[in-house]
Amino acid sequence: MSVEIEFTDDHGSAGGFATEEMTLNMGPQHPSTHGVLRFVVKADGEVMRRAVPDVGYLHRSIEKIAEKVGWHGFMPYTDRVDYVAAMTCNQAWAMAAESLGGVEVPRRAEYCRVIAAELGRICSHLLAFGAMGMDIGAFTPFTHAIREREMINDLLEELCGARLTFNYLRIGGVAWDLPPDYAHKVLRFLDRFIPLVDEFDDLLSNNKIYIERLADVAVISPEMAIAYNLVGPNLRASGVDYDLRRDRPYSVYPDFDFTVPVGKGTWGSVGDCWERYIVRLHEMRESAKIVRQALEGLPGGPVIAKVRRNFKPPAGEVHIRVETPRGDQSWYVVSDGSERPYRVHIRTGSFSAMSIIESLSNGLMIADLVALIASLDVVAPEVDR
Amino acid sequence: MLEFLNGLAAANPEVPGVLLRVAGMLAFGALVVFVFILPVAGITSWVERRVWARIQSRIGPNRVGPGGFLQWLADGLKNLLKEDVIPQAVDEPLFRIAPYLVVAGFVAAFVAIPFGGSLIIADLNIGILYITAITSLVVVGILMAGWSSNNKWSMLGGIRSATQIISYEIPLGLTIFPVVLVSGTLSTQGITAAQGWAPHTWHMFHNPFLLVSFLLFFVCALAEGNRTPFDLPEAESELVAGFATEYSGMRSLLFFLAEWGNLYVIGALVATLFMGGWQVPRFTDDPTLLAVAQFFTIFLKAYFWVFVAMWVRATLPRIRIDQLMALCWKYLVPMALLNTLGTAFFMVLFPEGSLVVRIALVAVVLAIIFVFARRVRFHLARARGLGYGAV
Amino acid sequence: MAGAAECGGGSVALVELSRVERDMEIAAIRRLLHDKLGAAVGVVEEGPHYESIRIDDDAVERAAMLLRDTPELRFDCLSNLSGCDYPGRGAIDIVYDLYSYEFDRSLVLRVSTRRGDPLVDSVERVWPAANWLEREVFDLLGVRFRGHSDLRRILLPEDWVGHPLRKDYVEPEQYHGISTVRESMLGIRSGS
Repeated sequence: MSVEIEFTDDHGSAGGFATEEMTLNMGPQHPSTHGVLRFVVKADGEVMRRAVPDVGYLHRSIEKIAEKVGWHGFMPYTDRVDYVAAMTCNQAWAMAAESLGGVEVPRRAEYCRVIAAELGRICSHLLAFGAMGMDIGAFTPFTHAIREREMINDLLEELCGARLTFNYLRIGGVAWDLPPDYAHKVLRFLDRFIPLVDEFDDLLSNNKIYIERLADVAVISPEMAIAYNLVGPNLRASGVDYDLRRDRPYSVYPDFDFTVPVGKGTWGSVGDCWERYIVRLHEMRESAKIVRQALEGLPGGPVIAKVRRNFKPPAGEVHIRVETPRGDQSWYVVSDGSERPYRVHIRTGSFSAMSIIESLSNGLMIADLVALIASLDVVAPEVDR
Repeated sequence: MLEFLNGLAAANPEVPGVLLRVAGMLAFGALVVFVFILPVAGITSWVERRVWARIQSRIGPNRVGPGGFLQWLADGLKNLLKEDVIPQAVDEPLFRIAPYLVVAGFVAAFVAIPFGGSLIIADLNIGILYITAITSLVVVGILMAGWSSNNKWSMLGGIRSATQIISYEIPLGLTIFPVVLVSGTLSTQGITAAQGWAPHTWHMFHNPFLLVSFLLFFVCALAEGNRTPFDLPEAESELVAGFATEYSGMRSLLFFLAEWGNLYVIGALVATLFMGGWQVPRFTDDPTLLAVAQFFTIFLKAYFWVFVAMWVRATLPRIRIDQLMALCWKYLVPMALLNTLGTAFFMVLFPEGSLVVRIALVAVVLAIIFVFARRVRFHLARARGLGYGAV
Repeated sequence: MAGAAECGGGSVALVELSRVERDMEIAAIRRLLHDKLGAAVGVVEEGPHYESIRIDDDAVERAAMLLRDTPELRFDCLSNLSGCDYPGRGAIDIVYDLYSYEFDRSLVLRVSTRRGDPLVDSVERVWPAANWLEREVFDLLGVRFRGHSDLRRILLPEDWVGHPLRKDYVEPEQYHGISTVRESMLGIRSGS
């Protein structure tokens, strides 16, 4: 069901009544903006002509902070880049520093990182799943998703003592080894969790109203996705079969056997909101597979390499790309050989996702904008850093 | 009620009869409002929160009173004591009146809702027409609230509400037609009297068209009551709180009071029109006992539908405004029209109704309930297997 | 349902091989650009971690267009665009991290611009993703982009003074009467 809307530049001067565009201010405090985002919406009734994102409300100048604190000292700040999936940001920073300093990471540490990062990915996707349901108006999936997320939070808390901003990774490895009996606990959780993903399908994914709301809404073609540098699940939903973990492997990802879900246009077109949603749901299953394999193949040995307290990597610069739950996070790190990074630049997945909204907004309805933001899984702190 | 007042007026000729009648009606109305409507609306809010919590694997309010039962009183008290913030730029008279209008709209509907064979404020001979007309007052209130708030989100909410409620009035009215055709009266008591206590004598099983009408009526009533999946006027994730955004304290509560109260109106209407209303077997000659039984019968029937509405709200996402309109005009209105025609034809074919058709329809509904129950059992078993048996 | 794409991994050896291939090609890419754009294309700069091609600030858009449209290159994605201030050299470097999904190949372009009057060609028309990335560089480093459609501050407020990621940036004492210094609760003055 959809309405055909004709756009005329002279607003209804052709005999009808004159209408006027309405400027709506959506945010910074708005229930559907997932943090502090602001959109200036030009709307003709319910139909949007243009939605201009206005970001920066959560700018914490993390890149500037990086230039003031040391290499080790920046690790907790990376948690705050994307606090919904802090583990992968930790990982990116650790990889950047290790790459510059030529630090060899012990294999066991890499496994610990992968386990933590993939649990974090499930955590983040659960939140995306629940919040998306919430934005479409279904309240129940949210609490069910959060219930599961709590259990992962418990697991991660046991691992590193924190539930949101983990600060678990260190340059050269991880802060602590897995606690005793950890594998058993994680496996027990996964055994229970994966059937629940099927239940999520029953609960939300195949709901007729849900599909009607999302299928064929805000379709992003693969060309457009690449041109706007969409990354991660958003890119894959548009039909581009690309995952850094598989195609430009880092860490120990080549050791694991997993598939990369790609949008297929099940109910509408490839690249619509529903595809972006379902790709995340499938990724949870794949992440669970990776965690399982990592726990099974966990090698022995130390979990952290010997890294000087006064870490001074030689001058140079690196580009690090890490597959976070919101896609390829690109870090540009410059070292001048001193004890502080010279320059850190983070291009996050949400940043690209936000920039595409304006060009998609024409002709969407206000309710669709909410669906679009939710389906792109934009996390405001990640946009603003 | 009117008869009683007439008698009273005859016995007291020194008091002007009109005055006595008006005073008596007002007193009785106030009694119904404070003894029945407000508590029901309040308790519905508590029930809704508990039902929701249960569906969402939470606990819900459980601190005030046994099982949190008095939560609604605490909330009401809190909201009464809160400051009534009136923003500077609002259109103040309209802003102040709007919540009262909404509440008036829903409370007035209770005038013609039967609570039992003799328990009705006024058995109007145009009862059902009166209810559909007077509940439209709600839309005026909501539109006023949206407009006077001087807030674009509120206005969008108000406009959405107006479009939605006015559109859904049409299929709603059309689904009532077949019932009126079958029972031959507009009076709510008359409609109830045309049915019996046994399920197969209910209007919903009179003919297949009425069964469909019954489903359409429930859907339209949900839309009228701004309930999910039709809660667009206050769509939280889109319009913040829609028309109620700028309201605070008791005024804001009044809107929600109307929403919860409306739920009961919907349930009672479904029960009255399609499910035999207060009809009970004549098990005793004691009129008081009979009245109590009738009251509980219709109350439970109505509350079952209140529960279903809560269940639906906890399950379904919200539809979009264009889908809402398309659903109304492309599907509900034509179907409701067809139902009216179909019922008319059926009435011509079987002027006295057909017992075979009735029994067959009961069987069909039972079969649907059976299949549904099996599905529920399957899901419950699966959930139990995953360790979610007892919350 | 989405799902069974070619399954992951690829051995480490394969990955190493493709990295070698990429290294070999940067000279060829540079030659190709040089043929078309002449002296605007500078040398391939060796770094400890990757090489980059240096381009003049007024040839970036043309180079970008070439890199995107040449069938054997097809750099269809601007993965990252960063700026870095080098007061010692009196320059601000803009670093373009390009990526080709078709050939799974990365390339780094590097543009230097004068610190006093930083002005670089915008590549927004080549990669729409550059719109926001350039705005960010403008916001934080003060580099202006020639031909950008909407060069406004993005992260900082419109009326912010200065560009914080410049090395000589001094934080203002206050913003609209709000102090930017927070007294430490321990009585130690914070800030560097």
